[in-house]
Amino acid sequence: MSKTMEIDVHHVTRVEGHGNIRVRASDGVVEECELQIVESPRFFESMVRGRMWFDIPHITCRICGICSIGHTTAACLAIENAFGLKLSPQDQLLRRLLFDGEILTSHILHVYFLAAPDLAGADSVIPLASSHPEVVKRALRMKRLANELCEILVGRHTHPVGMVPGGFVHVPKKEELVAVKAKLEGMKDDLLATVETIKALAGAIPAFERETEYVALVDKKDFPWFWGQVGSSDAPAVNWPNYRDIVHEKVVRHSTSKHVSNKRDSYQVGALARVNLNYNLLCDLAKQAGAAMGYAKAPVFNPYFINVAQVMETAHCWADAIATIDKLLAMDIKLSPPQVAPRAGVGVGVAEVPRGILFHEYEFDDKGVCQRANLVIPTGQNLANIDADMRALVPQIIGEPKDAIQLKLEMLVRAYDPCISCSVHLLDVDWV
Amino acid sequence: MAKPKLALFSFSCCEGCSLEVLNCENEMLDILGAFEITNYREARTNRSDDYDIALVEGAITRESEVEELKKIRSNAKMLVALGACAHTAGLNALKNFRPMKEALTTVYGDKAGWFDTMPARPLKDFVHVDLVLPGCPITRSEFLAVVKDLLAGKTPQLPDYPVCTQCKLRENVCMYHKGQICLGVVARAGCNAHCPTFGGRCVACRGLIDQPNSRAAKDVLDEHGISLERVLQEFRLYNGWNAMAEPPSADAKQESMIMEAKR
Repeated sequence: MSKTMEIDVHHVTRVEGHGNIRVRASDGVVEECELQIVESPRFFESMVRGRMWFDIPHITCRICGICSIGHTTAACLAIENAFGLKLSPQDQLLRRLLFDGEILTSHILHVYFLAAPDLAGADSVIPLASSHPEVVKRALRMKRLANELCEILVGRHTHPVGMVPGGFVHVPKKEELVAVKAKLEGMKDDLLATVETIKALAGAIPAFERETEYVALVDKKDFPWFWGQVGSSDAPAVNWPNYRDIVHEKVVRHSTSKHVSNKRDSYQVGALARVNLNYNLLCDLAKQAGAAMGYAKAPVFNPYFINVAQVMETAHCWADAIATIDKLLAMDIKLSPPQVAPRAGVGVGVAEVPRGILFHEYEFDDKGVCQRANLVIPTGQNLANIDADMRALVPQIIGEPKDAIQLKLEMLVRAYDPCISCSVHLLDVDWV
Repeated sequence: MAKPKLALFSFSCCEGCSLEVLNCENEMLDILGAFEITNYREARTNRSDDYDIALVEGAITRESEVEELKKIRSNAKMLVALGACAHTAGLNALKNFRPMKEALTTVYGDKAGWFDTMPARPLKDFVHVDLVLPGCPITRSEFLAVVKDLLAGKTPQLPDYPVCTQCKLRENVCMYHKGQICLGVVARAGCNAHCPTFGGRCVACRGLIDQPNSRAAKDVLDEHGISLERVLQEFRLYNGWNAMAEPPSADAKQESMIMEAKR
């Protein structure tokens, strides 16, 4: 079909941060198709240079309000690797539980408040509050509980206080863990209802497939969040310090966030990449949830299924949180703030934050003053892949009305759950 | 009576303050019942220029943001600065201590010319701000109290006493006794001493009180042998946008620096 069309979405809504979608087609041929990132850059590299090691997680967690626990975790891991610190078994469990809380909070927010309105044909969750009050109340209930889990551990989900390099400066009381565990157990019905809701809306998920490279942490035994190796569907896994063997960054004009690629023109990170690479390590409940929503067998190449993968991970982290609390309750939880001796060196920290694999790298002098930083953010890694998806999708749907094309493109961008504030905070890069 | 129309806008920041608004889950349906949300990019697709109250988070770091902010100001009856970035430029001002060109070059290399930036500034440097909700991030209980005041037609008041007061009420061990520097002695309360309660020091993310007891603060710093450079480092974290965070002239003392902090 010959068609001339121009789509210009200024500031895509229901995503974190500022991005524009730009498509131009003439006589049915797509001439331009990109996600422009127009978020103001914030220069965290300049901010951390010259600051003491203990300020680094405090500063870089403020790259993003939604993923601040993830940034704190990656920054702490990098500093621990630079200084040769080891966490106690208790603090490892606390960090794991906190990470479950981070994934639960973010995925519930994204699935219900940012992505689901598209599937339900609404412009936001606000009209759903009157048309589907039970669903909205369920979403709020689940989100409150996930936040509460983070609050008893580190004070707050947005910019945590209690976790520092080497361990924790605050620990939860036993009765707080018991109470939150009981509430988590009570959340199972809500979790199953979430699967049913997505299953009922699954007909609205566009049928579009494009195989790409998938990058995530991989492990042999334990679905990896901040352990294992850096893995890829196209390349052998590497240890953390060698992450640049997979992550290749470049500056492009239409984005204040850098683009990243490896073997192909682009790769994908996030829930779908993790589930595609580590499907066998998911708990049974997560696999059953996936099967009910249409993810029966790995890998799945439809990027709109990122939302389905998020629900699968929500189930996995829910079960893991309860199991981790049980392990903590079997211990005598003690507050033992870490003793840290800085030393000169470089450390890399890697964490699978809600939107995908996150790298923090810092160099310190012998007094623990930060000399250099490099952060590679999930959304930055996904941008080239989003562009590639859009270029593949538009010719397939160019016969549809403009509004329908625009909605599918916006849904695609939203499916990736882009965290644009994060993505423009990329720091130092090696200009090879 | 028609519901007041509410809008949320974000400039350079992590959007954690608007996230804290969303984190008021137990009150969310009441908030949605009391206000009509007419513009909130992060949560809904349809956006309008018709609003009474504009909640604005983020610092101003680009020329294009200045124009957007002025437009919001002219549309809104009331403009509320939401959080530290809007209030004091927050952490963003840390980059002001380096040349802007260097910041761009460090991040974007030889492509630095494609992008623009300017020193981070708080909203009040460009427009009249009716009300500030301070903090990094904002405090949810304070946000809810302010919302109630606005609905009742009252003018919200921020506490004008230091974080130390609330910290003592929570029976926390003083951070100085734990060997740390802490700005709770001069920082504005209202957060219920959140950070010291969870093991962290106060970094004055809520700015300073109107009349800090700078002599007492100086005594505390002297007693614990804390250097001027260290104090400057602390102030720069959240209050770096003004003169206070610059090194004082040769014989200036910490006391004068704290006095300047008031602005």
